[in-house]
Amino acid sequence: MLPLANNFEFSAVTNLAIAVLLGFGFGFCLERAGFGSARKLTAVFYLHDKSVVKVMFTAIVTTMVGLFLLSSAGVLSLSDLYIEPTSYPAQMLGGLVFGAGFVIGGYCPGTSVAGIATGKKDAMLFALGMLAGVMAYAELTPGIEDWIAASSRGELTLPDLTGIGMGWWTLAFVAFLFAAAHGMQWLERRFAHLRPLHHPR
Amino acid sequence: MSHTLAGSAPHSRRRADSLPFWNPYAVGFLLGLVLLATFVITGRGLGATGAFSSVAAWVAGLFSPEHAAANPVHSRYWNEGAPLQSWTLFLLIGAFIGALVSGLLGGRVGLTIERGPRVSDRTRLILAFSGGFIAAYGAKIAKGCTSGQALSGGSMLNAGSLVFMGSVFLAAYVLAYFVRKEWI
Repeated sequence: MLPLANNFEFSAVTNLAIAVLLGFGFGFCLERAGFGSARKLTAVFYLHDKSVVKVMFTAIVTTMVGLFLLSSAGVLSLSDLYIEPTSYPAQMLGGLVFGAGFVIGGYCPGTSVAGIATGKKDAMLFALGMLAGVMAYAELTPGIEDWIAASSRGELTLPDLTGIGMGWWTLAFVAFLFAAAHGMQWLERRFAHLRPLHHPR
Repeated sequence: MSHTLAGSAPHSRRRADSLPFWNPYAVGFLLGLVLLATFVITGRGLGATGAFSSVAAWVAGLFSPEHAAANPVHSRYWNEGAPLQSWTLFLLIGAFIGALVSGLLGGRVGLTIERGPRVSDRTRLILAFSGGFIAAYGAKIAKGCTSGQALSGGSMLNAGSLVFMGSVFLAAYVLAYFVRKEWI
């Protein structure tokens, strides 16, 4: 039964080689989508280019469908996949702070790597800022970790919360993606006037 | 109305011979397959912030290994004195290579500074560093970023990840108005 890591004990070297290979696909996709560009990424917040949502939403739905089909076929054990424990206050506060950093800095941690790889000096500065931020968090406010742990509700998914199975949720997300695609097309036309002349395509 | 009249042309324009990006839905599908493969092979999703945490633990260890091993944040990434042998760090090394290959194939590699037409290079670089600092704090508090929480957790229908995603977009949309000169 998958995941593979449950059946094989990967050696340390194999494990890191797998990371590089999967990372290659990850970085290739990010750059192909234009996410090595801070202007392309932040355009989502000015509504004239919704590529970020299109790519993210499609990726999430694709993976969701795949996970559902594999688990329904009995080849993948969903309960053996890692799920980050939910802490509503931590993910709410962290998300708000992260969103501010995203629109000010122009990248997120993964896309800053795609930016650096294609020569963006601002992406390099963003990554250095990330490193400084992680350092400050560890040295100045390590107590936040206790607060997160105390507010944790453990593993919590939408099917757990609602009693509605993953298949129905997957179906709903697929339908929502098609509806959102139409909505985004409308938004991009409506806010086309905000698009700078040299916007990357 | 075009903004090109309001300021200088952006420093970071694409080279004339660069190819257009791929269709976002097609790339999203491919990225979904990469994420699915990651789950199926490793039992975990993608992540990015962990790599920065590993490098931070390594830097702290250069000054004092005892401190790095004892600090409640660094200790998670200390890996018994080998913080750089981190799965997420190698993932990002692979991502760097993948993005470079894609960029070279598309004619999109070149030293530039990404900014809108109404902001100076210097201001943009300061804001990029500040944004990175703030984003790191947020990702540490939320236990993940766009990769670990939004993409990986979202596809597992993780309740906390969906709250994270909503909060990210809420804050960014509200703040976008105030930093608009940086981008449009």
